[in-house]
Amino acid sequence: MSLDPAYLEYPKRREGMDHDLYTPSPMPSRKPVAWPGGKPVAVTLLVNLEWFPITPEDKPFRAPGHMVTPYPDFRHYTAREYGTRVGFYRLLDAFAKAGATATIAVNSAIAERYPSIIADILNAGHEIIAHATDMNATIASGMGEDAERAIIAQARDTLAQAMGKPPRGWQSIARSQSFDTPRLLVEAGFDYMCDWVNDDLPYLATTEAGTIVSVPFNHELSDRQMIAVQQHSMDSVAQQIEDALDWLKREAAQYGAGRVLPFTLTPYITGLPYRMDAFEALLGGLAKDDATWFATAGELVDAWKPQAG
Amino acid sequence: MREGEKDPGLYDFRPYRDRTRLEWPDGKKVAVWVSPNLEFYEIDPPANPHRKSWPKPHPDVVGYGHRDYANRIGHWRMAEVMEKHGFKGSVSLSVALCQHHPDVVANANDLGWEFFSHGIYNTRYSYGMDEAQERAIIEDSIRTVRDATGQTIKGWLAPALTHTPRTLDLIAEYGMTYTCDLYHDDQPAPVHVKSGKLVSMPYSIEVNDHYGFFVYNMSPREYADTLKRQYDRLAAEAEASDGPGGTVMCIPLHSYLIAQPHRIGPFEDVLRHIAADGRAWITRSGDIADHFLSHGGYDAVAADAARYAKGDA
Repeated sequence: MSLDPAYLEYPKRREGMDHDLYTPSPMPSRKPVAWPGGKPVAVTLLVNLEWFPITPEDKPFRAPGHMVTPYPDFRHYTAREYGTRVGFYRLLDAFAKAGATATIAVNSAIAERYPSIIADILNAGHEIIAHATDMNATIASGMGEDAERAIIAQARDTLAQAMGKPPRGWQSIARSQSFDTPRLLVEAGFDYMCDWVNDDLPYLATTEAGTIVSVPFNHELSDRQMIAVQQHSMDSVAQQIEDALDWLKREAAQYGAGRVLPFTLTPYITGLPYRMDAFEALLGGLAKDDATWFATAGELVDAWKPQAG
Repeated sequence: MREGEKDPGLYDFRPYRDRTRLEWPDGKKVAVWVSPNLEFYEIDPPANPHRKSWPKPHPDVVGYGHRDYANRIGHWRMAEVMEKHGFKGSVSLSVALCQHHPDVVANANDLGWEFFSHGIYNTRYSYGMDEAQERAIIEDSIRTVRDATGQTIKGWLAPALTHTPRTLDLIAEYGMTYTCDLYHDDQPAPVHVKSGKLVSMPYSIEVNDHYGFFVYNMSPREYADTLKRQYDRLAAEAEASDGPGGTVMCIPLHSYLIAQPHRIGPFEDVLRHIAADGRAWITRSGDIADHFLSHGGYDAVAADAARYAKGDA
């Protein structure tokens, strides 16, 4: 038994990455960044607002949170709808109470089906970014560039119609991209993408069509990972976010450099009655802390970009 | 190993009772070694017919990005905390990191960390390799680490824990003295190899941060508490007058996990706890192997085991 000799060849074994999307950037080599008002820690809340057709598709893959049982899966179809009509409004109210602004990554089907939600988000001062068309519109290598470009364009155009201007940011379903995605996003006019989880701070990615800012939203700091996957309570989640804030404040003080604390929320996970009190207490604590600045993805990019060098 | 047999014949039976006591320097009780896995995962690796690398079509943005976090953010945060509390790393190294991120490797080397090989990439598996191919990755590992750090590797942890029946014989033949691939004891022990002397160095799957967070789904504070309990128990057993003497505790880490902002604080408490206790020999894997081989440990353990050998063994 032996392996193909090519298995022991390493054509990309070189200094730097094994791709050309971005370059290495070890934290100690970076210039410190500062946030508006001298706040040490930008808190970036992101909510995934999604519509799951009751007819799931598996190409290129079935989205997390999608239908589970044989058709018709009333259980999951309606539980996800609960998130949109009830849970999301609990989140909006909680944000308002705490004075927090958030980034809402919206399937464009939401804008078509429930246009009043778009107005409710914008009137509250939150930012909308594009998040594919619906939860059947997953992206991965092998689906074909045209099909992917069509999803991006339809999501952008539908949201632009509802918002009055095109969204500046993008997040893929399950953060899943193909090798083409960053270039297609540049070609579609997006300023930033929120899929990569390899950093604490924004950084610049380069494609054949130009550059795009990558805004990391750590997938581990999310209700999906902590509650749905790891089965932690909201009390534990709150403690973990507080521990993260404490650490980032210490680092910010030690290095005189701004830090970012991301937290990704799902209406049908956090927006349940028994989780909301603990979530509101967490949010209230974050709001009360003098160190924090609630930033949308766009505000973070606008503060970061002039300092990037 | 005895390929194809029910018992691979890796080592002798030696129960956790009536053992000749192992002694660590200065009367310390637990040899504690911290093992950061400094790794590189390829974004588009070739397929190994025996194991898939990424669960998704390439690029697996979340899987790849998560691991890349280590080299941009995690390593630096973790190394600073370790240094603050006096813990040197024993690095399980994807040796291609010497090419991709020489600054990470140089930083670890400057801090006095030891390197052993964890293969070329953590996306290239040993399954299916013939002997010449396996020799090639061993020779590549020795040469690459020596060129980058001046160190001669003494140990091995198979890339992504993928082994062949030849692995242990080969690394011993190349002069390595320990393997981190066997999990049968809380003390070092001889491994049966065709040539040389090879020691099984207690690494740990159970208190590995990856297991803690993704198999047992622990919160950061639960994982920290787990490590403190692991340490306290191993220290107490080592101290007991009828105990086995010196024990070993490894803390295997991946900075893309432990150095996330919500985890590093509770982890720092673990290092503080162990450093303040006074019973720990805070050391490196190669130093444990050296001591075990040169201070009678290897022979004492072999003699213990001989008491349980069957007549025809």
